[in-house]
Amino acid sequence: MQIYLPIAEVSVNAFLLLGLGGIVGILSGMFGVGGGFLMTPLLFFIGIPPAVAVATEAVQIVASSFSGVLAHLRRKSVDLRMGTVLLIGGLIGAAVGVVLFNYLKSLGQVDLLVKLCYVVFLGIIGGLMFIESWRAIRRSKTPGAAPVRRKHGLVHALPLKMKFRVSGLYISVIPPLIVGLFVGILAAIMGVGGGFIMVPAMIYLLGMPTKVVIGTSLFQIIFVTAFTTMLHATTNFTVDIVLAVLLLVGGVIGAQIGTRIGVKMKAEQLRILLALMVLIVCGKLALDLLLTPSELYSLGAAGGH
Amino acid sequence: MFRLIAALFLLVTPLQAEEIVLGLSRDEVAITATFNGSDVMIFGAVKRDAPAPAGGPLEVIITLAGPQEPILVRRKERVLGIWVNTDAVEVDSAPSFYAVATSAPMNEALSSVEDLRYGVSIPRVIRSVGAPDTVENAETFTEALIRIRAGSGLYQILESEVDMEEETLFRGQITLPAALTEGDYVARIFLTRDGIVVDEYVTDIAVYKAGLERWLYEMSRNQPFWYGIMSLAIAISAGWLASAAFRIFQR
Repeated sequence: MQIYLPIAEVSVNAFLLLGLGGIVGILSGMFGVGGGFLMTPLLFFIGIPPAVAVATEAVQIVASSFSGVLAHLRRKSVDLRMGTVLLIGGLIGAAVGVVLFNYLKSLGQVDLLVKLCYVVFLGIIGGLMFIESWRAIRRSKTPGAAPVRRKHGLVHALPLKMKFRVSGLYISVIPPLIVGLFVGILAAIMGVGGGFIMVPAMIYLLGMPTKVVIGTSLFQIIFVTAFTTMLHATTNFTVDIVLAVLLLVGGVIGAQIGTRIGVKMKAEQLRILLALMVLIVCGKLALDLLLTPSELYSLGAAGGH
Repeated sequence: MFRLIAALFLLVTPLQAEEIVLGLSRDEVAITATFNGSDVMIFGAVKRDAPAPAGGPLEVIITLAGPQEPILVRRKERVLGIWVNTDAVEVDSAPSFYAVATSAPMNEALSSVEDLRYGVSIPRVIRSVGAPDTVENAETFTEALIRIRAGSGLYQILESEVDMEEETLFRGQITLPAALTEGDYVARIFLTRDGIVVDEYVTDIAVYKAGLERWLYEMSRNQPFWYGIMSLAIAISAGWLASAAFRIFQR
């Protein structure tokens, strides 16, 4: 069934959008990522104008994250205190990121920067996670091997310590604030919720347990993407609500299914799957930059001088 | 004096002895939620005061143009191993949609001088004042614009697809794609003989969003804050609904 999108001004198949929303929703619930880094390129591919795709994706992320976080709240796997600290950093970061984005836009080449950001960050994070979780899986298969002791490094030496009971941590608030800030900046530049950066950062930098990380990440993403949605709706008028509704109907159902799958899986398996997915998207984007494109020219709205 | 005018009139009229009488299958296109493209049938007859003049066969050219807008065309180049947008040329004005349908091959139906004068073929309706001197092969940017739009069905050349009966009745059909911009679409019909335009007829077809589409579009422009809040409210309630539904489902 074809449906005409009032803001995007294109006609698309409604079932295709429902399906895409569903798949991305499952991943979102499983891994605690908003799914923006997957959905946005997919929307480009089916012909949605990039500006509309980025803005509308934010609405869908709000819906699927909210759906996911409710499921996590019920099984008490959300560290609200940690989430709030991350969120404070995230909102400051998002504001800084928007300023930075507009500055880069005035220099031109912002598209290239966004793509390079994707390739570099997805590559590093995906690679590190893959190696780490591969080792963890091998360790668990050879019983008797002693688990690596967590180092008491810089994270524990900083002041302003706070107890994060749900995560079982007693650490300074400075590292989570910095993580939130950094993720906020990247999220604004890359037009995503930032879950795929935050999840590994919480696991490896803050030492949070994987099960808590996902709910907490979703909690923070809701607010950051809601903020982004309002920015896009009021400044660029690029939020297409019909597109959003189609994506989020699939998305919220998918997120519920994903959360249930995620609970049944082992943490290492979950991480290795997320790592593989991140690496695949990274590889695809890198190829786009390296291979000769079939059409060297592209059309854009004029007036941006 | 009067006689002179009358004589002149008589001299002039035979040149415009063939006139277009036009019919349209629709003079407006409403874009609703389920809009999936639309066919516009353009038909008509040639009215004559006198027998058809001698010369080549009478031909018909129909064009339909969407609103004109400026477009930025960018070209990629390989820099340090990766493909980067380097040069850009702003095309001053290009229609968002353009179709040309003719009753004979284009070069037979219209001479290039008349094409230039009336702006009929696709390259003639695109206005580009010129690229900055730093850009090489600037004309390739306009070619790329035509190629990309033709690829997505926005620019169409329908040569010899207008039916012409007995040099009197003609009928052509233009298919509007689903991805349509709203605005006043201009339909022009030309009668030509030996590549020279004998008569021209211009009419508008209004293309506009209707119903829910119209309402949402207006709201996103006029009340962007509330539009944003509405989007978020829908998102949050959908998220909650799905969560609640799954809980009931699991029990």
